[in-house]
Amino acid sequence: MSIFLELFLTFLSIGAFTFGGGYAMLPLIQNAVLEKGWLTEEAIVNFIAVSESTPGPFAINIATYVGMETGRAAGDMGLFGGILGAACATLGVVVPSFVVILIVARIYKQFQESKIVKGCMNGLRPTVIGLIAGAVLTIGQTVFFPDGFAFASLDFYNMAISLVICLIGIFLIFKKKVHPIILVLVSAALGIAAGYAGKLF
Amino acid sequence: MKKKLKNAFTLFLTFFKIGAFTFGGGYAMIPIIEKEMCEKHKWLKGEEILDIFAISESTPGPIAINSATFVGYRVAGVLGSFCATLGVVLPSFIVISVISLILAEFSSLEPVKYAFNGIRAGVLALVIKAFYSMYKKCPKSLFSYIIMVGAFGASLFIDILGLDISVIYIIVSCAVIGLVYSLIQRRRGKEI
Repeated sequence: MSIFLELFLTFLSIGAFTFGGGYAMLPLIQNAVLEKGWLTEEAIVNFIAVSESTPGPFAINIATYVGMETGRAAGDMGLFGGILGAACATLGVVVPSFVVILIVARIYKQFQESKIVKGCMNGLRPTVIGLIAGAVLTIGQTVFFPDGFAFASLDFYNMAISLVICLIGIFLIFKKKVHPIILVLVSAALGIAAGYAGKLF
Repeated sequence: MKKKLKNAFTLFLTFFKIGAFTFGGGYAMIPIIEKEMCEKHKWLKGEEILDIFAISESTPGPIAINSATFVGYRVAGVLGSFCATLGVVLPSFIVISVISLILAEFSSLEPVKYAFNGIRAGVLALVIKAFYSMYKKCPKSLFSYIIMVGAFGASLFIDILGLDISVIYIIVSCAVIGLVYSLIQRRRGKEI
């Protein structure tokens, strides 16, 4: 299958099964993109920060990014391949929304009162929360155990720094309610400082 | 007809602006869409827009796209939904395409690597916050907790065993369980 068709279809299924906004899509992205080897977990986590610091919805941002990276890496088309890949992935993630809303918009009173829709949502809301909890664990593993759990591969300096940054982040975002961009900037600065400090010792 | 075309074009521009100036996606867009549609252009009433957001949350797809498509449709039909959706997507598409080239160029530099080491720990805090916000909004019941733990456990199980199973199966099964459960509850309620 052509990589471009695969990008379109993968993001079509991600779009069709995402319920809710923000990070509801994250578990589906991790699942599909990692399995296909399009991005590493580390690259996905890095990109969450990029997406928080640039305009637009996460869904479109990540689809464009994955498409661009995959399309450029796949063929010999270079930048054009990247743009084509980004267009296919973005189109894929948009089409289910577009089609479903055009149908629902005509009958939305019935849709809102439908017992079937309400019943499904009873199951879907907690599911998304459970899956996000799973995503938190996966990201935690990438942050604290980037090279696996074997004792020899543990980097205690990195672990300690990451723990401090994460705790500062939790404090800033929960208590100080800072904008995510501020958090990204602060953790970038701390990361750079810690990186060079680590080299000194 | 002419008015419809004009509205569709205004929709495109308005949603382009919304896409270009909201950071953080779906939920961050809601107040701005409301302001543009209800106050500035007076295309929709307050309660109409609330309905639209409620439906955007319970239909598949990201909220930003759902609400852009829906608002566009209400204002100017299918053409309107096309223009609004294209408008909200385009800024992201352009910005991220450029950024991905920049990232590819600079990501191997030492300070950039260090920065991202720190940033990943910060992102962990962000996603914990997202989890907490969603958890707070979800209706609490024994059934919800069982589904939450069940979905979490199933995704963990797939992960640890490295199974080639899509999380889509978890999502679909839980929707079906939710449906069956509420039908049973309702029947019980009626019989009592």
